[in-house]
Amino acid sequence: MGGVFHAAVLFLVSAGLQVVFGVQKIFNLACGSFYALGAYAGVSAVAWFIGAGGPPALFVLPLSVAGLLCGLVGLAVERGLLRFVYERDETFQLLLTFAVVLMMEDAIRLTWGTAPRSTAGLYLVYGQARILGAAVPVYNLIVIAASLAIALGIGWLLQRTAFGRIIRASADNREMAEALGVDMRRVYARVFTLGTALGTLGGALVIPATAAMSEMGIELIVEAFAVVVIGGLGSMRGAFVGALVVGVLRAAAIAVYPELEMLLIYLIVIAVLLVRPRGLFGSAPA
Amino acid sequence: MTGARVLAVAALALLAAPPVLPTYYTLLLLPFMAYAVVLLGLNLLFAYAGLLSFGHALFIGLGAYTGAFLTTHTPVRALEVILLAAAVAGAAVAALVGALCVRYVKIYFGMLTLAFGMVFYTFLLKFYRLTGGDEGMRVLRPTLLGMDIGAMPKTDYLAGPYYYYSLAVLALATVVMWRVVRSPFGLCLRTVRDNPAKAEALGIGVTRNRWIAFVISGVYAAVGGALLGPPIGNVDPTLAYWTQSGNIVFMTLLGGFSHFFGPVVGAFAFIFLQDTVMSVVPYWRLIFGAILAAIVIFAPGGLMGLAARVRPIEASRS
Repeated sequence: MGGVFHAAVLFLVSAGLQVVFGVQKIFNLACGSFYALGAYAGVSAVAWFIGAGGPPALFVLPLSVAGLLCGLVGLAVERGLLRFVYERDETFQLLLTFAVVLMMEDAIRLTWGTAPRSTAGLYLVYGQARILGAAVPVYNLIVIAASLAIALGIGWLLQRTAFGRIIRASADNREMAEALGVDMRRVYARVFTLGTALGTLGGALVIPATAAMSEMGIELIVEAFAVVVIGGLGSMRGAFVGALVVGVLRAAAIAVYPELEMLLIYLIVIAVLLVRPRGLFGSAPA
Repeated sequence: MTGARVLAVAALALLAAPPVLPTYYTLLLLPFMAYAVVLLGLNLLFAYAGLLSFGHALFIGLGAYTGAFLTTHTPVRALEVILLAAAVAGAAVAALVGALCVRYVKIYFGMLTLAFGMVFYTFLLKFYRLTGGDEGMRVLRPTLLGMDIGAMPKTDYLAGPYYYYSLAVLALATVVMWRVVRSPFGLCLRTVRDNPAKAEALGIGVTRNRWIAFVISGVYAAVGGALLGPPIGNVDPTLAYWTQSGNIVFMTLLGGFSHFFGPVVGAFAFIFLQDTVMSVVPYWRLIFGAILAAIVIFAPGGLMGLAARVRPIEASRS
């Protein structure tokens, strides 16, 4: 069950990675940093909320608001940096997101210090539920439900709305979409902000269960990377299945043979890349 | 011949550094020379073969741990043997990993190398009985050319014999790489980079050439990694982490990947800039991230690109 909770958070971050890759063809290494930013902002927002006398049971409100608001950082990164390199080789785009990783890591240290931060005691405020004989914090169930709802919401957004149609058209054929009058600048800005917000929300939601640490971003990116490779680059369904595979396998490996933990995941990643480079649900040919 | 003159001056400066420079800066030149060897190899893959590896920290780690393992678990102390062993280990692993990776290009190549790098990192971290886990392993002082220098104070050893040894390795690595990129193989590699379909039609094995470049770059990174260990006296898994792979790509870009000596300049600039920034504020990543972003956006040619009258790597046609 811990695996599913982890998968739910991993899905949010990976979905952010996917939507950006799908439309902008940029593999955003900084999505892990956005996740860390959301986590720290979440801790601060909750601390402020409790300090201002808010009822502990409502702490998820400031948490998710803080997570979503951090998505605006994505807008700044896109407008301030990424938009200059869309015409360049993907190597440069990748390196620019790496530059964001470096900057964000220290920006977080500068703002929140190096000591781990946590929302002490709020994790179990909703109590525990018993599922199949195991005690599961109700908060985990809330996050899993929220993640499922967001997955459905993104599906609805992509399949049923005008914006979704534009996104899919831009992902398929950028020139054609532009020729038909789509303002690519606006689409890119929105897509990147959406991708960032998914990452920062994921970071905010994970925080009651763990502590925010400055390394959490660069550690999560390699897991999200595993998710999107297994699921297939650019595919939302792929992110969903990939996150479940990685989350559950990791939990299982930790329980059975801890040395294997991430090793197993990376070996699967390599196997997928070699046998089926487009992943389980990807459509783009390698 | 201005290029040759600059090179001669740089070589003389490196030769004269230990007695002239304060010891602190001489010691700072040690990681520079080690990384320069790594980057010469990385750039063969990046600039000449057009393949960006995001997992070359694997080979740095492999080389560094080879040295640590040999000095702590076996009676081997000779640096010649260590470097040779690192080269052989690097070649063996690169042959295997490369055979799988070079079937892909661009983002898929980068992702595969990243995944392999993380496999090795996790291995170093988790199999602590063999590798010491996150604490790493000690590297005992190696002997150089059979000389008995065990009694020397550490800084004298590093700023003296070890410095010149590293410089000799770097010089040798540079000459060999210079010959490699000027050889028919180097020409084939550029053809493969610029037009794989045409190369194939001309009878140049695309995959084969990429694979050879991968193996050579793996050997270089492992040898450079082995040189990194003794000055620190300790190796740990962060040497093989993916951010390390990112940093060496950063160095390459900082110097300018389209020039043969660009990566070497990049390693030099990176090491000394990092030292300068860290002596002022602890937040070097913030400043380096901004520098990297500025290079990517405004000066993709790096420092060598900014320097006027620098000839870029010739196109494959010439």
